Amino acid sequence: MNQAGRGDIPSAYVRDKRTPPPSSDELRARIPGWGVDLNPTDRPAYPKLQHRTDTGAHWDFPERQPEEWPRERSVEHAFVTPVFGTAQPPRGLSGVIRRYSYARFSEGRLAHWLLLVAADRVDAAEHRLRSFASTRPDVPATGLRSEFTRGGLRSRRGRSDARHHLVDPLVVAGPWVAAAGAALVGLRTLARGRR
Amino acid sequence: MRAMVYRGPYKIRVEEKPVPAIEHPNDAIVRVSLAAICGSDLHLYHGMMPDTRIGHTFGHEFIGVVEQVGSSVQNLQVGDRVMVPFNIFCGSCWFCARGLFSNCHNVNPNATAVGGIYGYSHTTGGYDGGQAEYVRVPFADVGPVKIPDWMHDEDAVLLTDAAATGYFGAQLGEIAEGDTVVVLGAGPVGLVAAQSAWLMGAGRVIVVDHLQERLEKARTMAYAETLDYDEYDDVVVELKKQTDHLGADVVIEAVGAEADGNLAQQLTGPKLKLQGGSATALNWAIDGVRKGGTVAVVGAYGPIPNAVKFGDALNKGLTLRMNQTPVKRQWPRMFEHVRNGFLTPRDMVTHRFPLEEIPEAYHVFSSKLDGCIKPLIVPSAS
Repeated sequence: MNQAGRGDIPSAYVRDKRTPPPSSDELRARIPGWGVDLNPTDRPAYPKLQHRTDTGAHWDFPERQPEEWPRERSVEHAFVTPVFGTAQPPRGLSGVIRRYSYARFSEGRLAHWLLLVAADRVDAAEHRLRSFASTRPDVPATGLRSEFTRGGLRSRRGRSDARHHLVDPLVVAGPWVAAAGAALVGLRTLARGRR
Repeated sequence: MRAMVYRGPYKIRVEEKPVPAIEHPNDAIVRVSLAAICGSDLHLYHGMMPDTRIGHTFGHEFIGVVEQVGSSVQNLQVGDRVMVPFNIFCGSCWFCARGLFSNCHNVNPNATAVGGIYGYSHTTGGYDGGQAEYVRVPFADVGPVKIPDWMHDEDAVLLTDAAATGYFGAQLGEIAEGDTVVVLGAGPVGLVAAQSAWLMGAGRVIVVDHLQERLEKARTMAYAETLDYDEYDDVVVELKKQTDHLGADVVIEAVGAEADGNLAQQLTGPKLKLQGGSATALNWAIDGVRKGGTVAVVGAYGPIPNAVKFGDALNKGLTLRMNQTPVKRQWPRMFEHVRNGFLTPRDMVTHRFPLEEIPEAYHVFSSKLDGCIKPLIVPSAS
């Protein structure tokens, strides 16, 4: 073997790393706290699946929170969990879709999640329509004032992700334009029908 | 009370909502004094998380003062200043008993695959979050901890998720002395993961991002080498070159489902939602780690599938480790590290917004305007 050329061969192709890491003394001097968690058996997440500290729970099974309405739940659960969120109960058409998705499909089925995403969009449309009859109608996007006050252009200069930021107005405004177009066509059709 | 409210993708506003009530004997109501927006909140903001309902209040990073307690609460009193882990957990189920607080089985009826999280859609239990003046805190005897007198409020709020997740990510990497550790993402989680890698004995820490202010922060706050992926045609090849063609011993993926760096992934994921998100960082992690190495994933992903290069993970014999962080399990040790100055979470805070300006805060953080790394939210009642 030609020993003279081996110095050029990267570590991956030989047994040992060519460049050893800096010594622990050097690292300790340079990095505050270097190595204080060096022992892998003395780290907070170790040992996995064992926890020896009191969690604060003073029950074997928690008391059950009152269920004010039939709470939707994953069919992979044995029952509604003893504690749950009550933030936004399902309502309207989106609520019907959500209830069906929970009742019919397990978490393992893509249909479950796609139905929930569809329900999210229906929910948004339902609330948008309702907002138009209120004093505070929805707008396509919020927080845009910061484009002017927080350097929208300056902040993006030279950034590669600015390419897909250009898509944002389409993603945000697209559904609004489509909905407005559909409404216009519908109204025209209605008007023609009455003539 | 005033609260941040979701109105649909890219749309939030502040509304009047009823102050939350005690719904279970071990509930507490906490008046929020400081909250933060997490990078994972942006997945909700962009409409990527299934079952995010209109009217939902986000926010799983918050601290505050106990305003009211339920009849069975023993460990907290009205007036206590508390920091609240982002996990909602019972402390007694099979999973909690084994320290898997983020995988609690008693708090999320909507899914078994994820535990309970404040303000993170109905997929994580349907709890309103802490970007509001008040929040309901279930299992008050289990989750919250009184804030130590010496601790800065901004450190406390960051310990409720971002900092704890960075520290946990480094542990998932099973770092051994002298390891080369690559951290993907110089956001709040990645910065603390890089600091933590040193504590666990890393010999070299390289942080990858493309935003200059974040790379600079990785150098100054975490003493890391940095790689700007915009400077390379293929950053994985550069990582191989810089590691003598071995690849990193450990890669910590601290980016999640909205990773930049690949236009096709961005368009099919976060923009058009044809997949669960962008898997760019996950694929770079799999490609950039050495054969037989470990990939630790703490970037957030939802339940919809992603285009991940699983075959390469198999063929390289990788160890893939991941979880949502069981925050409270990290705290006693992390408190020591913060007190000793080994972990410095509040160094990453760049912006502080009043709650009434939270729509601007989301847009600034989402579009990474004005050098934003970590925005905090200050409710008016505080």
